[in-house]
Amino acid sequence: MEKPFTQENLLFNNLKIRFRSLWRHGDPIFFGLIFLAALLVIALVISIGYELWANSTLSRQAFGIGFLTTSVWDPNLSKQFGALPYILGTLVTSIVAIILAVPIGLGAAVFLSELAPGWLRAPLGLLVELLAAVPSVVYGIWGLFAFIPQVVKPVGEWMSHTFGFIPFFKGPVYGPSRLAAAFILTIMILPTITAISRDVLRAIPNAQREASFALGSTQWEMISRSLIPNGLSGIMGAIILGLGRALGETMAVTMVIGNNLDLSASLLHPGYTMASIIANEFTEATYDLYLHALIEIGLILFAMTLMINLIARLLIWRVQNRLHT
Amino acid sequence: MASSVLLRKNSPIPHSMRKGVNIIMLVGSGLCTLIVIIPLIWILGFVFVKGAPSISLDFFTRLPTPAGIAGGGLLNALVGSGITVGIGLLIAAPIGTLAALFMVVNPRSRVALLLRFSADVISGVPSIVMGIFAYTLIVLPQKHFSAFSGGVVLSFIMIPTIIRTVEEMLNLVPLTYREGSLALGASEWRTYLTVVMPAAIDGIITGVMLAIARAAGEAAPMLFTAFGNPFMSTALNQPIATLPQTIYVYAISPYSDCQVKAWGTALVLIILVLTLNIAARVLSGVRARRLGISRN
Repeated sequence: MEKPFTQENLLFNNLKIRFRSLWRHGDPIFFGLIFLAALLVIALVISIGYELWANSTLSRQAFGIGFLTTSVWDPNLSKQFGALPYILGTLVTSIVAIILAVPIGLGAAVFLSELAPGWLRAPLGLLVELLAAVPSVVYGIWGLFAFIPQVVKPVGEWMSHTFGFIPFFKGPVYGPSRLAAAFILTIMILPTITAISRDVLRAIPNAQREASFALGSTQWEMISRSLIPNGLSGIMGAIILGLGRALGETMAVTMVIGNNLDLSASLLHPGYTMASIIANEFTEATYDLYLHALIEIGLILFAMTLMINLIARLLIWRVQNRLHT
Repeated sequence: MASSVLLRKNSPIPHSMRKGVNIIMLVGSGLCTLIVIIPLIWILGFVFVKGAPSISLDFFTRLPTPAGIAGGGLLNALVGSGITVGIGLLIAAPIGTLAALFMVVNPRSRVALLLRFSADVISGVPSIVMGIFAYTLIVLPQKHFSAFSGGVVLSFIMIPTIIRTVEEMLNLVPLTYREGSLALGASEWRTYLTVVMPAAIDGIITGVMLAIARAAGEAAPMLFTAFGNPFMSTALNQPIATLPQTIYVYAISPYSDCQVKAWGTALVLIILVLTLNIAARVLSGVRARRLGISRN
């Protein structure tokens, strides 16, 4: 039976054909949609940089490059801002954390990849990954009430007693201090360094191990002279990613560092980091210049982590490419 | 054996010393593993011992009491965490999944490379900087803190996790699935939506769970987006309390009853986060085994 050839039917048929062709040729829409999502994510990175830049104009114009090199932070009277103590605080705590975490993390990675018996590997790996999942604020509260009184204070007292003549370890010993922050950061970046280094070591082909053993080396000589040099760029990538995590860590550090603008060099004194000054004062910034100064600190932090990620990814990609080709 | 005799003779370091160093270093690496693991056990034990006494039904169904008065609950923070994480998920899950699909569909394209790098950068940006970003994007123009801005920050934090896990899981789906579907005449979008995605659905759920676990523990960016609220609130344009931010406020409070509440809240949060993590790993392990891939 043939339908009457009316205007409405023509329109309906037209739509039906359109819809069918959409069904059959939905590919452009699908590809467009996923392309859009990809562009959105890429645009996110650019807009973070742009927003931070645009919203720190006042502070950049008022203080210029001097913002990085002066240590006056006076929001109340002179309205002068300088970020040097915070930059130094961030660098010192992160670098101490890296110095402590690298040998321990590497050791654990060697154990997990080379020595642990098969049945132990999965549970230990799970524990390491769970450690990375513990929220930062929980590290903070544990650090404040358990770790500082039981570990940081005794260690600090021993340090100032033994090495007190060095300015880095000069007393008096406070509980919340740069040392406490560095220790907490060490614990927090250990899983990152351990897990990535373990994966790097495990990806090295067995022929390397066999060749080293065949030359008569002990297991440690095989690890230290063959495996670690082989995976060095991957391990460097892991260390740099750990550094990136340490630089931006906020809650745990804010809770244990004491938040005091102390200009001494001592690790045992309370201090401040870039992230913790933002966490502490952002909601108190009552006028625009103050707010812009804090956002500029955020901008510096963003630039630092961007650089660090770039370097780390380049290193890790180089390893992956070498293994794939 | 001749070769080892030769080696021992020419080696500048005596054999016994090399053996000694070997044992010391191997034992040392075991100790390093212990040092990595001990804090986890200590944290879990401490939070459990300190937090368990405050856990009761009231703790989940009541609103907080003012500082200085014991008792009360964290209903507002539970609801607030639920709302902000929910908003984050609504934004991040579709964008993250579609972006991961893009990487699977065009693995070698320049945009995919840039996308992968962008996701890495976003996951490396400190969460507090994300907080500032959302503050300038939403809070400044609106001139007030809001649950919505908190959700948006969490979505930024979730996106890289979702992209990475979903991409990995989609790539585990054998290429033959795709080829079979295309050979039967299905178009590309039907292939991905009705063949590849369902085959990887538990992987996608894994990614989403890991993302929720990460976002639910974020306190730093919430300080100046969701801001916190001692009262019950479900409005999206009003400040709202979340679990991690509540822990922070209680922990730095001088009142001892607040610290008790902080431990209770920390216990709830840590159980939530670790359960999600373990469940996600079990799920991805099961899936990998089903596809016959050993990932240990």
